[in-house]
Amino acid sequence: MIPGRTHTMWRGMLQMLAAMAAFAGVAAPAAAATPVVVGSKAFPESWILGAALTRQLERDGVPATHRRNLGGTDIVWQALTSGGVDVYPEYTGTIAEVILKTPGRTDPDAMRAALAAQGVGISAPIGFNDGYAIAVTADAARRDGLTRLSDLAAHPDLRLGLSHEFLGRADGWPGLAKRYGLERLDPTGIQHELAYAALAAGRLDGTDIYTTDAEIADLHLVTLVDDRGFFPRYDAVWLYRLDLARRAPRALAAIRALTGRIGEREMIHANARVVLRKADENAAADSLLMETLGAGASAGGEPGVAASIARNTLQHLKLVGISLGLAIVLGVPFGVLATRSRALAQLTLSIAGLLQTVPSLALLAFLIPLLGIGAAPALVALFLYSLLPIVRNTYVGLTTIPPALDEAAAALGLSPRAQLLRVRLPMAMPAVMAGIKTSAVINVGTATLAALVGAGGLGDPILTGIQLRRHALILQGAIPAAALALLVQALFDALDRVVVPKGLRLRAEGS
Amino acid sequence: MTPESPAGAIALDRVIKRYDGRAVVDVASLVVPPRTCLALVGPSGCGKSTLLRMLVGLVTPDQGTIRFGDVALTPANRRALRLELGYVIQEGGLFPHLTAFENVALVARDLGWNDARIAARVRVLAALAHLPEELLARYPAQLSGGQRQRVGLMRALLLDPGVLLMDEPLGALDPMVRARLQQELKRLFGELRKTVVFVTHDMAEAAWLGDEIALMRDGRIVQRGTAADLLERPAEPFVREFVRAQRPPVALEAAR
Repeated sequence: MIPGRTHTMWRGMLQMLAAMAAFAGVAAPAAAATPVVVGSKAFPESWILGAALTRQLERDGVPATHRRNLGGTDIVWQALTSGGVDVYPEYTGTIAEVILKTPGRTDPDAMRAALAAQGVGISAPIGFNDGYAIAVTADAARRDGLTRLSDLAAHPDLRLGLSHEFLGRADGWPGLAKRYGLERLDPTGIQHELAYAALAAGRLDGTDIYTTDAEIADLHLVTLVDDRGFFPRYDAVWLYRLDLARRAPRALAAIRALTGRIGEREMIHANARVVLRKADENAAADSLLMETLGAGASAGGEPGVAASIARNTLQHLKLVGISLGLAIVLGVPFGVLATRSRALAQLTLSIAGLLQTVPSLALLAFLIPLLGIGAAPALVALFLYSLLPIVRNTYVGLTTIPPALDEAAAALGLSPRAQLLRVRLPMAMPAVMAGIKTSAVINVGTATLAALVGAGGLGDPILTGIQLRRHALILQGAIPAAALALLVQALFDALDRVVVPKGLRLRAEGS
Repeated sequence: MTPESPAGAIALDRVIKRYDGRAVVDVASLVVPPRTCLALVGPSGCGKSTLLRMLVGLVTPDQGTIRFGDVALTPANRRALRLELGYVIQEGGLFPHLTAFENVALVARDLGWNDARIAARVRVLAALAHLPEELLARYPAQLSGGQRQRVGLMRALLLDPGVLLMDEPLGALDPMVRARLQQELKRLFGELRKTVVFVTHDMAEAAWLGDEIALMRDGRIVQRGTAADLLERPAEPFVREFVRAQRPPVALEAAR
């Protein structure tokens, strides 16, 4: 081993990392003089609220963009604290439970102080509570005179179908039954969607719901009042960066305008427009603003299906191409490096293996504070997932060369560089290519998760489609993604013919 | 060959190699005179291959020195010296991803020769090794064992080294091919006048090709001399035993 060469190799890798960091810096939104970024989580109510605030900001002359579908609480919260997002709708119960980790404490002043310590402000309630509740059909309500949860105790024969999760959670049915003395009722476990169908068919009298579910209006359900205050409050609020006051003071006015106006009824209707009547969330947001603020806005045109598939596919290819390219450029040298000593092999392979086991959502949530939201965290995550098969296959390909041939190359007097480039790597090429192929196919699939951090791609329609239970939309993402995986496989099979030396294929095919 | 290149003798001085505390090679002194062929024979595991691999620098001795002419082999000059040594192993040790031509040309490419010079040299070598030129475009998998061995020999001779080190080069060949190649190697050694160390476990092959024979056992050289010396004046009972176990004495007589 020659110290000078190793040195150059390390320097090359450092330069590569520096370039990546620079790229990430470009991809992350710059802090100053940019539009206010409104974020939303990956479900319809969040999109509608995000769209509504974005409209309101624009109407007030504040440049604004809406980054929808930013995964779950972890991801959008990381985006807020790291500056990728300026404001997003959240629920007080979630703030207490998930963000501040003080379950049950929804005292506004305590929350305001705890959030302010992290540079985040909390608005007054938007006006509705999206928490657990029990709803019964209008017929049952009329027949048995049900308006409050405490009315249930007198009707043990009521046919309740509850979701399995609600039946299992301590703060679900067990706690509720105890608080209201409902032990004589005998609820059935049923899947949520089936419960709605059963209610519509008159086979059930009631079920657990979220208080703004679209189906409440559609099925004319009656939400029973929680008269003993059992369910925690999930009041919708805005969480925003406190530095908005300095950067865009008028944004705060727009946020304030959207508090205290939207009640459960309005939100249920807006949700129903998107979930049941397949309206675009921008249109639903416009109607919501019209109903609550008496103001309308013109809706922007939606791109056609073909155009949006093309755009998503292109974005997907970009994510896969860049991350896979980086993984090849760094993974092959790492695989070569691993052959230098057993300790290096252990280290390299276990790091690459460890990266593979980190759940993708956790990895994305971890990367957002470092890289913001958008393409950068998605690229880094995809790069890290692509690394292991390439590093490992390069290592295995090089270490399984017959020792006699390794020695023959050395004994010829070839320079170490020529031994590697003219003999060892070409002989390892079938294994290296197999590793790259594996990485590429995994990468095409995993890249659908990039939509969770606002990086777009074919995951966008899939994520939206799942939320809306719109299969056509899911297929708009899933079919091109599957086709891409097959195409990538075929491309690399063809590339094998070019890259893998003919003599090696002869040996594989011969006798 | 340049004047300062190790055309001269190969000399080993108190060379010892141990694995797990056991000496697999323990040679007090061994000299191969310039332009002669020494056949290194002995039973499996006697250390003859390890000794040859030490000469190429693939195995580093625990103690002792190995000299080519005036130059002592060290890790620092190992690569430069290898360009002056031709090393041939069983089946030729060809790289499966390269054609016969590219196998032979490999080192020349690394040294930056131009295509015309490489092609001319390979043609000369093909004639020398009696390899039909149309086989040069084939991959090792498309060649017979004997053809592969000829290509391996051409590769070793590319830079016209002063020394040829051969580790059981004919070991995997069938008897007919093997006999023909033994004839041709004898002719080549005579034509090329190189210093050769030839490892084999076949006494008749050693007697046929070697100017002298060194018989090894348990890492040591038991006897060094001509085939006739070993046959007629065995230094110890093992020598007689080894020689007789290998071939009817008649064959050895014929080799004299």
